[in-house]
This record gives sequence, structure tokens and C-alpha cells, in this order.
Amino acid sequence: MSARQQVLMLWLSGPGLDGRVLGWTMFDGTAGAGPQLDGDPPYPTGVHALQDGWRMIQMSPLLPPAPGHEREVSFLKHEFVFERIVDLDA
Amino acid sequence: MGVDSLPLLTTDQMASFVARGFLRLDAVVPPEINAQAMDELPRLFRSWLDEFRGAAAHDDVDGADAEVPLPRSGTVLADAYAPESAFGRMVRVPAVAGAIVSLVGADPVIDHHFVHIKTAGDLHAQGLHMDAIVDSGPAFDIQLFWFPHDVAPREGGTRFVPGSHLRRVNMDDVARYHHLAGEQYYSGDAGTVVIFHQGLWHAGAPNHGGRDRVMGKLRLNPTVPQVRLWDTSDLDGRNRADDHVWAQTEPDQVAATLRGSEPWYEPSVHRLETVQRAVLWRYLTGDPTFDVDWYLTRTERRDSLASRATSGAVS
Repeated sequence: MSARQQVLMLWLSGPGLDGRVLGWTMFDGTAGAGPQLDGDPPYPTGVHALQDGWRMIQMSPLLPPAPGHEREVSFLKHEFVFERIVDLDA
Repeated sequence: MGVDSLPLLTTDQMASFVARGFLRLDAVVPPEINAQAMDELPRLFRSWLDEFRGAAAHDDVDGADAEVPLPRSGTVLADAYAPESAFGRMVRVPAVAGAIVSLVGADPVIDHHFVHIKTAGDLHAQGLHMDAIVDSGPAFDIQLFWFPHDVAPREGGTRFVPGSHLRRVNMDDVARYHHLAGEQYYSGDAGTVVIFHQGLWHAGAPNHGGRDRVMGKLRLNPTVPQVRLWDTSDLDGRNRADDHVWAQTEPDQVAATLRGSEPWYEPSVHRLETVQRAVLWRYLTGDPTFDVDWYLTRTERRDSLASRATSGAVS
């Protein structure tokens, strides 16, 4: 078995997996040999990614803003990381 | 053309710049200046390479191949480039000069310029980034992106993310965002200048085309407060502080532009973006009471009440 990991990062409109996809990135351990994303965006929500076989492995914690910085804007807040393992010998 | 007769930006253009972080001036540079740039800009790029490598940049004095000296940071724009040079002519195009005056005043100084060449077939996608380092506002630099030749879609036009300019991030810490809803890849006609707020996220894009893509980038620092430098003749009637989406709104108010969202914004963060834009608009107008949707006003009034209570002013 030659297993490789594909990692999908989704940035959603809210803190739940049912939020709309605002941004996405895939890092591909199969170097293109495994299944690829399709669509722009590839999924309407995070739940749709689950339904397509991705396993969520991390989500952003909900942290209160630092005192004095309540109104600042920075990175996208709701980041979800998924993986799927692809068997290249299958 | 004197400063007084330049075509200044409109209030609508300024409000759009504050909301979205960029402004397009399509095909404003005449063809003869663009043609000159296609000859000079690659040499400017080599000049920088020589500086970077520590080579004697001016050893080659053979006529047209002589390298062009880089301007020193801090040089007043009017003195930085020979008037007959490509950069010198571009910044004197009335539409460009008027936009510069409107955004950073009549005497900005050079930060630096750079020539970006994306060769034909170079499919590398640069990581998303903002230039320099994380900065605190509200005063800002501008960056002119000058495309002296036609750029078709997928032919290396710069990727950029509208509305990203007020997010406090540092350099390429945003490079993990490979796709964001609503991002754009520049394409347009020769002679287009796109002006970026210093903080706008952007990246060099793959060039699937058959010719090199050349772009001259120029960063300018303001030397005066950037207050009411544009054509403000229509501002007073459009600058209400009480335009409020949950109360009364008027479509011609600046607030209507400043509350615009972007497809990649989280709804909750969109409200904070609106606040940040209002803060920037206060700086640009010199009006400390301006607001959009009452976010700043209500909190400032509450803060005032708390201060009065703790100072013993309430009897």
C-alpha cells in the first residue's frame, strides 16, 4: 500500500461546518495522482466536504479578541482543515 | 500641467478606494510612453539586479544599454525621475498625477520602484502577500502598478484581493490562501495603472501566454496629512454621520460605498471592516464624527458616559 495524504483547508463564513466556503487551498501529497478538486468553490459548505469523504482534523478555536484590539481585522477567522488518505496502489 | 489644473479623484473614487483598497485607471498612459517603458523597464530591472548583487551598475555606459540609476528613497517624486524617462512621463500623465495628488498630496516621496517581469510560460503562482511589514494606520502609502502592454486573462496579470487592505497581517503570512471568493487577476489594456493601498493582498500570477508580462511598480509615501486632497466639491452633502442601514439610508451617501462587502468576508468581520473604513474616512476628511451604521458613535457615547461616571461628573 502506498498511502498519501491530501489536505484541504476551507475558510467558512461562520464558526460551524455548515458555513459557506469563502476560500480554499489543497495541499496534495499525491502530487496530482490522486483525486482533485472540482468547482469554484469545490464545495458550497464544509458539510459538503464531509459528505464527499474528507475527514475534518482541525477547526479554529473561538477566541475573544485581545483587549484593545476588538475592532481590528486580520486573518480569516473560521479555518477548517480536512484530510483524506489516498492509496496510490489501489 | 500645474497641480491646480490636474483632474483630481472624485468622492466616489476615493470612497471606493477606502472600501476596496484599489483604484483602476484604465488605458490612461499614452501608447508612446508605454512603448518607451517596454524598452526601459527591463533595463531598470537589470539595474536593480546589479545593485542587489553588488555589481557596478554603471560600468556599462554604452548608449542605450547604460543602466538607469535607481532613485534614492525619500526623493521627492518631482525630482526622482528625468521628465523624459518612462517613469517620469508616466507620473506626469494628468490622470495619474491627479490621482497621486488626491491620495498622497502634491509632493510625495519615492519609497522605491520595482519592475516585475513574468516571463511567458512561467506558471509559478507567487504566495499571497502584502508588501513591506504590518503597519498601523490610518495614514497610508500607495503603490502604482503600471501595465504598459495589453494583458489578457491568464497572461500573468497580478492577483489581488479587493477589500484586504485594512487587515492587519505581515507580509506573506496570508500565503496559505490559494483561492478566495471575489479575488481578481488583473487584465486590461496597455497603459492601465492600478493604484493599491499599501496593505492590499496581492501576488504574481502564472503567465499562460506567449509573451513576457512587464509591470512597473512604484511606491509613494505621503508627506502631508492626506486630508481632503481630492475634488471635495460634492462631499458636504454626502458625508452624513447618521446614515444607518438599520435606520435611514440614502444611496448617494459615502456610507453606502463604505459598507459594501466582499465575497470572501465573514459576515461578522464585515461589520468590523466597516468600522475600519469609517476610521480611515475620518482621517481623510478630517471629520472625527463621521460614522457608518452608528458603530463608532454608539460605543464612543457609552465610553463617554462611563468616563463621566468614574470621574465623578454625575451627581
